[in-house]
Amino acid sequence: MTGDLRPVLPRGTRLHQDRVRGSMVLLAPERALILDEVGAAILAEVDGVAPISLIAARLAGRYQAPVDEIAADCREFLLGLASDRLVDLHAA
Amino acid sequence: MPRDAALRQAPPIALLAELTHRCPLACPYCSNPLDLIAREAELDTATWARVFHEAADLGVLQLHLSGGEPASRRDLEELVRRARDAGLYVNLITSGIGLTADRLRALVDCGLDHVQLSLQGIRADIADRIGGYRGGFDRKMAIAGEVARLGLPLTVNAVMHRHNMDDLEATLAFAADLGARRIEVACVQFYGWALPNRSALLPLRAQVDAAKAVVEAARPRYAHRMAIDFVPPDYYADFPKACMGGWGSTGLNVTPDGTVLPCHAAATIPGLVFDRVQDRNLQDIWYDGAAFNAFRGHGWMKDPCKSCARRELDHGGCRCQALALAGDAAAADPVCRHSAHRPVIDRIIATEGEAPAADFIYRRAGAASG
Repeated sequence: MTGDLRPVLPRGTRLHQDRVRGSMVLLAPERALILDEVGAAILAEVDGVAPISLIAARLAGRYQAPVDEIAADCREFLLGLASDRLVDLHAA
Repeated sequence: MPRDAALRQAPPIALLAELTHRCPLACPYCSNPLDLIAREAELDTATWARVFHEAADLGVLQLHLSGGEPASRRDLEELVRRARDAGLYVNLITSGIGLTADRLRALVDCGLDHVQLSLQGIRADIADRIGGYRGGFDRKMAIAGEVARLGLPLTVNAVMHRHNMDDLEATLAFAADLGARRIEVACVQFYGWALPNRSALLPLRAQVDAAKAVVEAARPRYAHRMAIDFVPPDYYADFPKACMGGWGSTGLNVTPDGTVLPCHAAATIPGLVFDRVQDRNLQDIWYDGAAFNAFRGHGWMKDPCKSCARRELDHGGCRCQALALAGDAAAADPVCRHSAHRPVIDRIIATEGEAPAADFIYRRAGAASG
């Protein structure tokens, strides 16, 4: 997959605040992915509208980090989830 | 278990709720026990709802509503609603029989997250023969169509064995055409009804080798479309599976009458004492229950497991299989090459795995006692 991509949480996949473990979890069919801070921050920006470039720009602003680095991290993380259908990626 | 050890135990991720043992199908590999629990002994709606809340408080994230056939419960819709109220992710594990388009819509309205549909075969002839229910395949396909129309995420669960393993490639394509986002290719494991049916179900080694190659080749083709989970048949492996990810480490099963088990087959182990949800809070059962603590950690192990580097990987394999085939629940899983009992499995493969398949003993009340 090349070019900018627009991540969408497919139906049946949702973020959940886990009060017992004190972390965010991505709940999906037969999966419960306990997220670290970075993963939780990326997925919190996935609204079905914003492309990865915009998500990375927002995070880069918030965490004062180089946007290219953040964009690469976002892309790698989301592509990994997409291969298992935990996220769907559309052409932006 | 000392209190500090109990505190180190992480909370469970999943609860499997066996709402009922009633089921219109009679699959010869059913994971239910040979002694099926009667309808009269089933937990009522309010008790299940309390269990769901206790589970969420304990840290459970995923609820699997199973059976038997959960659609046999008239209060299934209400149970789904109560489970979502508790904050759980609700998965319905169903044969599809007993569901209708209207009922499915009602379940979605109550908050159902996901459907896992069992697939006995990809043609009516074999599917209905395995399920022991004529017309079952056609009814299942009708429900699969409704699931797709409603946009519900779908996992197909295909139990594979000697009679359908050669259809694996076509089974993957079939599941993808149904719109499945995931398929579980579960090679039959010999517990419950599958154990007395082993000589009818055990695949041949050539079938197993071919199946592994099919899955490996298919994974990249289905990436971004359908995830493939593959459970290989452990009899043909060199080392045991990490059963349940380790005893009492990730999930609990509640049977129709409220008995809380660390796994499907745990009740086959003599001497274990199981708590019931009517008597004790789920949190106490998980952390302090005698059955859950029986095989946690490595303190219970004997050699070869005790001194084995693989013990962190497979936790000694499956306790129920050690009991069934080695006669000792604390022995190494006899699948293991290091087990003194490995010849038991090699003998089973040599005799049952090459002989003509036996007739099925269908899962029906009283069928296994005769």
